[in-house]
Amino acid sequence: MTVTAQRPTATARPVRRHDPARRPTRWVPTVLLLVGALYCLAPVLWVAIAATKGPSELFSTFSFWPSFHGGFQYNVTNLLDFRDGVFLKWALNSLLYAGVGSVLSVAVSTLAGYALAKYDFAGRELIFMTILAGVLVPQITLAVPQYLLMSELDLVNSYWSVLLPSIISPYGIYLSRIYAASVVSDDMLEAGRIDGAGEYRLAWKVGLPPMVPGMVTLLLLQFVAIWNNFLLPYIMISDDGRFPMTVGLFTMLNQGASQPALYSLVVMGVFLSVLPLVALFLFLQRYWRLDLVSGGVKG
Amino acid sequence: MVAATVRRRRPSRRGGPTPYVLMAPAVILLVLFLLVPIGYTVYLSLRANRVTGGGLGIRRETFVGLENYASVLTDSAYVDGLLRMLLYGLVVVPSMLGLALLFALLLDTPRVRLRAFSRIGIFLPYAVPGVIASLLWGFLYLPDVSPIRDAFELVGLPAPDFLAPGAVLFSVANIGVWGGVGFNMIVLFTALRGVPREMYDAARIDGAGEVQIALRVKVPLIMPAIIMTGIFAMISTLQVYTEPATLQPLTDTVSQTWVPLMTIYRDAFVNADIHSAAAASVVLALGTLAVSVAVLTLLQRRAFGRDR
Repeated sequence: MTVTAQRPTATARPVRRHDPARRPTRWVPTVLLLVGALYCLAPVLWVAIAATKGPSELFSTFSFWPSFHGGFQYNVTNLLDFRDGVFLKWALNSLLYAGVGSVLSVAVSTLAGYALAKYDFAGRELIFMTILAGVLVPQITLAVPQYLLMSELDLVNSYWSVLLPSIISPYGIYLSRIYAASVVSDDMLEAGRIDGAGEYRLAWKVGLPPMVPGMVTLLLLQFVAIWNNFLLPYIMISDDGRFPMTVGLFTMLNQGASQPALYSLVVMGVFLSVLPLVALFLFLQRYWRLDLVSGGVKG
Repeated sequence: MVAATVRRRRPSRRGGPTPYVLMAPAVILLVLFLLVPIGYTVYLSLRANRVTGGGLGIRRETFVGLENYASVLTDSAYVDGLLRMLLYGLVVVPSMLGLALLFALLLDTPRVRLRAFSRIGIFLPYAVPGVIASLLWGFLYLPDVSPIRDAFELVGLPAPDFLAPGAVLFSVANIGVWGGVGFNMIVLFTALRGVPREMYDAARIDGAGEVQIALRVKVPLIMPAIIMTGIFAMISTLQVYTEPATLQPLTDTVSQTWVPLMTIYRDAFVNADIHSAAAASVVLALGTLAVSVAVLTLLQRRAFGRDR
């Protein structure tokens, strides 16, 4: 697979430097890791295999063997035809919620993080404490009052009802603040001020560039968080044309309880929904600065 | 931790209105989608619909004090859900973090083969949404389609029933562990990579084996990262909803009130009893807050007391 070809060099090189004597492979750690990888990959592998099976085969044939009787094409065409192609709409909706939501969220968090890290202003501590409390309060317990608020604003069942609450991320602001404090140079800001640069210009020219790696990481974290979110859209959206993929497949599964023929389509839907995110990760994993999450960036 | 860094830093400029302008979008959204909902929840939780007007049967919303809280805390379904959630957390958090730490340490061991493959493989479930993961495992658990049961039958062993009353908690916990172990592994592995290699050389010269180095040197060095991941794992565990809610249509063993959030959802959207749902939300939020703060204080004292 492409998995192994992706980046063998980055990890292999420093290791080789450590054991010039060509001592043997450590088998126990290698095997343990492979067992872990198998545990994590097996369900995905199973769904890829099950996706090749038509509704009559899914429940009758041996599970860990693919089928070549046209089940795959049957599932794909029927899934894409399902209720006039609603599945594709769900996919696009997920992309819209996660794409727009994460970009806006990163913008808001970066501005706030920079301000919190680089300015002394009245109310800063209060705002920061609120954000910390926000990190600890389970967001999901707020879904019910957020729903009531949205219905007051007449926004329930609109794209906004999912997008707006997704933009605010206390955790994102918290990480941005730590990151800004560690990478944006106070001396350069000071020098810029002596040269008479305006504050916004400084933020744009001095503050923003070093923060970009942190912003990319945050973007990915937020994208996945919104893409994976279930309860918020489940509560807010009732029109199935605006469902994200998670809610769409969930409602399809619920229908499957009465129409078992749908199960094979759900399996195909699960398979197709996993693919793009896996591809995104394999492609983007080198841009991650996850030391941000582990607290490795010194504040 | 945070307060200390704030004070240590050199005082920067005040910047006039600039910080307020930069903060404005965040503050507006925080107020709208965090503070107002919290306030509104607390308000709703203190009120209820009561029939008033001397038997004429006019339902009016009135202030009822802590009545909703009393009924929530004496509602055996909700309390059972809370206890089940705690048990779930006791299963998920240690096994997930334990496995994540184990894999991170193994990845950081010299002379391991197929490292990149294992790392990406274990990380992959992070890209799978909770609902999809639950559907996936749901199919693996479901007696009619389960390949695991097929495998058991193939070798002539009795097939396990993953959705039996005693097993279902562990089956749900398995989905949580599966989904979370990769991300936490990567975070801990990143922390390990940040440690200068020279830190281990002294131990190696002293003849320490890799296991000893891992336990005595590496684990203490990345303790702050372990605590961070632990706290976030705990918070997300206390919000468990997706996994049991997705399994629910597949089995009768997962009730409608299996975890607190399912009860809250049912009260608010099925029974249209928004006031009970609000009180139950407040109880859950306060509980989470209390547990996180307690664990954070306890762990921080232990972890950092030793080092500094």
